[in-house]
Amino acid sequence: MKYQYTELQQELRQMAKDFAIKEIAPYFKEYDVKGEFPRELFEKYHEAGYTTMMIPEEYGGQGLGCLDCVLINEMLGQYGDVGFLASAGSGELSMMPVIIGGTQDQIQRYGDVIITGGHAAFSLTEPDSGSDAASIRTTAVRDGDYYVLNGRKCFVTSGGIADIYTVLATVDRSKGTRGITCFMIERDTPGLSVGKEEDKMGLRLSNTTDLIFDNCRVPAANRVGDEGMGFKIAMKNLDRSRPVGSIGAVSIAQAAIDHALKYAKERKTFGKPLIENQAIAFMLADMQIQCEAARNLVYRCAENIDKGIYDSEFGSIVKTFCGDMVMDVTVNAVQIFGGYGYSREYPVEKLMRDAKIFAIFEGANQIQRIVISRAMMKRDLNALKD
Amino acid sequence: MSFEGYRDLWVFIETHRGQAKSVGYELLTPGRALADRAGYKLVAVIIGKNIGAAAARAIEHGADTAIVVDGDIYDVYNTDAVSLALLALIDKYKPDTVLFGATNNGRDAGPRVACALKTGLTADCTGLDIDAETGNILWTRPAFGGNLMAQIQCPDTRPQMGTVRPGVFKKTAPDAARSGNVISEDVSVDPAQIRTRVVDSIREVAEAVNLDEAEIIVSGGRGVGGPEGFAAIRLLADTLGGVVGASRAAVDAGWIPHAHQVGQTGKTVGPKVYIACGISGAIQHLAGMSGSDTIIAVNRDPDAPIFEFAHYGIVGDLFEVIPRLAEEYRKMKA
Amino acid sequence: MNILVCVKQVPDTTEIKIDPVTNTLIREGVPSIVNTFDGYALEIAARVRDKNGGTITILTMGPEQAKKAIKECLAVGADKGVLLSDRAFGGSDTLATSYVLSRAVRHLEGRLGCFDVVFCGKQAIDGDTGQVGPELAAHLGRPQVTYASDVEVVDGELRVKRESDEGYDIISCPTPAVVTVVKTAYEPRNPTIKGKLAANRAEIPTLTAADFEIDTSLCGLNGSPTKVKKTYTPARGGKVVKIQESDASKSAAALMAMLSDAKIL
Repeated sequence: MKYQYTELQQELRQMAKDFAIKEIAPYFKEYDVKGEFPRELFEKYHEAGYTTMMIPEEYGGQGLGCLDCVLINEMLGQYGDVGFLASAGSGELSMMPVIIGGTQDQIQRYGDVIITGGHAAFSLTEPDSGSDAASIRTTAVRDGDYYVLNGRKCFVTSGGIADIYTVLATVDRSKGTRGITCFMIERDTPGLSVGKEEDKMGLRLSNTTDLIFDNCRVPAANRVGDEGMGFKIAMKNLDRSRPVGSIGAVSIAQAAIDHALKYAKERKTFGKPLIENQAIAFMLADMQIQCEAARNLVYRCAENIDKGIYDSEFGSIVKTFCGDMVMDVTVNAVQIFGGYGYSREYPVEKLMRDAKIFAIFEGANQIQRIVISRAMMKRDLNALKD
Repeated sequence: MSFEGYRDLWVFIETHRGQAKSVGYELLTPGRALADRAGYKLVAVIIGKNIGAAAARAIEHGADTAIVVDGDIYDVYNTDAVSLALLALIDKYKPDTVLFGATNNGRDAGPRVACALKTGLTADCTGLDIDAETGNILWTRPAFGGNLMAQIQCPDTRPQMGTVRPGVFKKTAPDAARSGNVISEDVSVDPAQIRTRVVDSIREVAEAVNLDEAEIIVSGGRGVGGPEGFAAIRLLADTLGGVVGASRAAVDAGWIPHAHQVGQTGKTVGPKVYIACGISGAIQHLAGMSGSDTIIAVNRDPDAPIFEFAHYGIVGDLFEVIPRLAEEYRKMKA
Repeated sequence: MNILVCVKQVPDTTEIKIDPVTNTLIREGVPSIVNTFDGYALEIAARVRDKNGGTITILTMGPEQAKKAIKECLAVGADKGVLLSDRAFGGSDTLATSYVLSRAVRHLEGRLGCFDVVFCGKQAIDGDTGQVGPELAAHLGRPQVTYASDVEVVDGELRVKRESDEGYDIISCPTPAVVTVVKTAYEPRNPTIKGKLAANRAEIPTLTAADFEIDTSLCGLNGSPTKVKKTYTPARGGKVVKIQESDASKSAAALMAMLSDAKIL
């Protein structure tokens, strides 16, 4: 499909592609095997400005819109590594709740960490509370000028490398989501420790750990927004970050398609290239159809956000479609590669492993369908859909 | 157009601590042919210190006359000193044509002198001829990384000048019976006009990489696989009495220093024998070595572009082929 | 340091293909890039500027679209840029090009002060002459150091690491000077988003022959002492003796025998 990118967007995409090819692509295989965040790649990534794209200019960021950010991330992921982006981009995504609900001073303090090349992590999920956010058990009890936090978090992206954390805890479990409160917590705060690191199936360049709060004393000045506002902040953040989260699926899918297409043109069976078999050609066509549809959904979602339109139902649709699409596409890419697709020597098995998470994280695709269907139930069938 | 008073063909012979660069003598070969056709004398211009022997050799290699400028300030190359000396000589003798070797120093002094004279200089030539009609030199040179050849002339100004790629022309066997004039010129250059100064000279101690003058070069590329892979390349180079070269891919990967690089971003070479091992033959590499007399390629990929340029090619694993080539050579010499 | 970097927009010669039928260059669709060596020159300039303070101005000569090259330089650390563009400059050889550049340098220096260093790449990857830098130095009457792989400023003088046959020389050179640059040991920095945004917003002024003092009879084809008589694509080989014996020993022996017979080795 031909997209009408602006000249600047074209240049930013080219720049991101060049960067990914030069600075990320040569290294990701090694780190995928090790299952490690490549800190040495991060410095240049940060210097180029990719860690602060959506942070407003007045806080030292690049001040880009959501669509620009998506267009850049698409290239970084497609030609680089989406797992690397997950951890490397965790800083500004973790800062977003503070920008949404925090004070000027808090934004400045958080920004100082990210702008100078520090890492940050956002932490909501707990062992017994995934998509069911209302049941979180990490508690925050007021004690004078402090809150005392106790509990355990898991699947924290960049948990092991962060210098500052955005953490959701409940001040009153009986209030459900209305008890959830947001805090920004520095790494060296007493009572905060990093738990085990996950050995994951995919996105293995991202760092994912548990976080443990054991009588962790957080200054009340670090509370972001009022008590009980945390869930709203987190949901607003999710609405804004959907496109950036979902574009990774498009990157992976397009990379898989490109690899499969190249292979299908080069590989000869029964005296002709694979792609001249209609069964293979149509698989590729279906893969591109799905991927292009997903890309358009993400772009539209990002454009909406740039216009100030935050639509949770649409966000869920985008997220779900991308999460399902990328799995289908990468499974088919492996199929086209045949035995080589199953081999780690070739690139597509990694993409298939990387793909799976997109139907799981940020609300499993099943919970998204609940959100979408509930919104549908409320719909007035006589009204013109807005 | 007539150029009153301009005559003779000059070859600038670059020296370093009294030693002449080989390309200077090489250029006496085409210089001789061109001078004979134009009815000019072939003059070797030698600037340096203690260069009497170099002057004698220039005559043995075909020069009619050697003009020598001998002095302390010319011992090692200096842009200002050499250009001022050349300008003084050109002003005095008015040569029709001046050839420089396209070495770093030749390509440093050449444009400096050409610009001062407001005349044309053709860079890095690989072919020289005379236009029968006009008497202009026809300078042939590669451009676009060797993808295009251009023929250039300088019809309206004199002297006409060019730098010529080392290794393209072969020096003649020295003829001790030849005789010629050696003219000593005393060019005094005001020290205040010498603005740059060599404060230190570092030889890459590991080995001298004199690709310019090597007769045999064994080069390794991406197929060598890593720094340790160059041991095999080095072994063959040592056995053949050659020098180790490398493609950009191997240098960029950090397997071997840049001083070994052959190609557009490295050295342009013209040895008698060039052995390319595990080098696919990107146009940038070919630009730097296609002037070699005999090109031998060793590559696993039978479709590698290098085979289009090679005279001999072995399709096979370089780590199996290279040691056996060394072995066969030793057997042959034994 | 007040630094000028001369850059040229060139076709990416690594992307040039030869039409196998006509044996001519296929120029269509070849992307335009900042000449590779000019990129290295800019990186050295940026390092000198970062260490010593100062400003980097980019000067390029070419058509309107060469502004893109200037913008690419702005994205990797240059501070401002100027385009020289006039029909009168078209078709210039190295002497005429360096003359135009020298007049533009003088003009810019009238407003920006003397450039302590003018950096150029050692050569452009399309023309491959390597003469514009030294000829610019000659026009300006300034000292030059060619084939530099690094530059430092020591006591107000340049210390230039210059490639030699055996290794390298360290050359001291007073300012103002012209330095031409080879491939550096370090990679040029990556463009930044901030740089791209600034470059996108930047207004690039264009100087034409009417804007500064220049003798147009010394520019373009008329001002060029060298004339291109013809160009052609070199003939390709295709006469390789390919040896593919059953094992490496046999191949090696066969080759050595041939080389020996042909008196090559």
